Amino acid sequence: MSVRDLVEANAPEEFGYLDESSKREIRRAILTAVAVPGYQVPFASREMPVARGWGSGGLQVTLAVIGATDVLKVIDQGDDAGVNAANLRRLVVSTTGVDWTTDAREATIIQTRHRIPEGPMGAHQILVLQVPVPEPLRGVERDMRELGRMHAEADYSRMWVSLYEDLVRNGVITRTTGYPVLVNGRYVMATTPVPRWDVPKLDGSEVLFLFGAGREKRVYAVPPHTKVEPLTFEDVAFEVERTEGAACVLCGATEAYLIEVPERQAWVCSDTDWCERQRQPGGGAPELAQSPSHA
Amino acid sequence: MTVVRDLGLRVANLTKWYGRVLACESVSFDVGRGEALGIIGESGSGKSTVLRCIAGDVAASSGAAELRDAAGDAQDLFGLTPTERRKLRVGTLSLVYQDPSEGLDLRITAGGNVAERLTAAGWRNFGALRRRAADLLGRMDVPLGRMDDPVSTFSGGMRQRVQLAKAVANNPSVLLLDEPTTSLDASVAAGVLDLIRGILEESQVTALVVSHDFAVVAMLARRAIVMHEGRVVETGLTDQLLEDPQHPYSQQLVAASRG
Repeated sequence: MSVRDLVEANAPEEFGYLDESSKREIRRAILTAVAVPGYQVPFASREMPVARGWGSGGLQVTLAVIGATDVLKVIDQGDDAGVNAANLRRLVVSTTGVDWTTDAREATIIQTRHRIPEGPMGAHQILVLQVPVPEPLRGVERDMRELGRMHAEADYSRMWVSLYEDLVRNGVITRTTGYPVLVNGRYVMATTPVPRWDVPKLDGSEVLFLFGAGREKRVYAVPPHTKVEPLTFEDVAFEVERTEGAACVLCGATEAYLIEVPERQAWVCSDTDWCERQRQPGGGAPELAQSPSHA
Repeated sequence: MTVVRDLGLRVANLTKWYGRVLACESVSFDVGRGEALGIIGESGSGKSTVLRCIAGDVAASSGAAELRDAAGDAQDLFGLTPTERRKLRVGTLSLVYQDPSEGLDLRITAGGNVAERLTAAGWRNFGALRRRAADLLGRMDVPLGRMDDPVSTFSGGMRQRVQLAKAVANNPSVLLLDEPTTSLDASVAAGVLDLIRGILEESQVTALVVSHDFAVVAMLARRAIVMHEGRVVETGLTDQLLEDPQHPYSQQLVAASRG
């Protein structure tokens, strides 16, 4: 028996873009992340065929967890047709052969660089988020060792001070994406890339949320049914973004995350898939992931 | 939050080497509950090292330091884990540095600096934080109009007042003051000194005041020790030390302070 025969006989079945040992390493990091919700787990971020900062972290997570029967959806902002989303989707689909969809209800893995889909999601789904800056305390501390100590001791007083300063200087909390949350009563976590609007959807969800930061080489997770609380003072209510009187010009929705179209002085839904379904006959029934903050 | 009040401080045989340099050797003293003790000595005499060892900013080479409550229960300061030490310094023991930038974040507002100590102790109510910070800064004579300005825009004296407000925010049992007025102009220093005297009298805090200036210690502490080349050379009531210094070095210091 030659060496070649031995290697071939023991070669694992390759599936998708990543080799098996890479997948195993990323899955181990993901398992740790799920076991310790909100904790940033280092992993050996691979060179990917997309530049770091363009979703390489989310892509690696997706490629590590995807299987042949999964159905993939990729969202850029709220839109499946964005160039970045289309490229990432093409890469995953062409290397794994999985089915893909734009319908958030049909997908089993949804990779996103901004939004959590507007509609309700279920236990059969995994949401993979592309994270630019995984460290919630980066704005208040740059020293990695000190950051490690702060997380280890749950010493988040300077995070609270930054919220205090924001309120004092601006009268309101101005932070939009990356609003800090306390996960499972233990770790403060950055909710990048999602806007404040989507933060309440992380709390007690049916869905497994996996966050991947390729450049910073970190993964972290919010498993289903995990308590996720936005950091807010007792007497300053957490608020989602909202513009009085704004409604989507396409579907008429007011209770959805809207983006402005400046040249038309109009608002449209950020989640194009959901918006489209609201416009179909019989699709107008409320189908929103509601939470008290959205009421 | 329970605050343990009325703690005395005992330091025994404290020695600190910086590499091959002996910064202080076998320093021992007691500070009674609610008492203020002065440590007098020139630059390099080891007095700041003593303070920093007690606070845990530097690790002592040998010796012991402990806090003792009225029931006689002692808490060892040198055996604390970093986490325990941080907790101690949030609530129980505060250090006021000579240079306010060591004790403050100059980029954030005066109120924010005070709020940091309060949030570390678990305060989570914005209105309550604002009221407490305003109250503390007001007591330190920081104009309330400046409360929301970054400390970097403050004068030296004003920064020291903010540092004091932060230091006493959680009503510490022990206050360590390291040359608190040394970097200030004479007239500004006098005001800050008055303020510190008020704090010590009013709050009954156990205090350790380090200064090279006999006059500063005489104003704040009834009892003092004199340090020279890392050793305690004389201990006594501050009045007596001023009137009738025994050790030749103490005599020099007194002569110097009379200028």
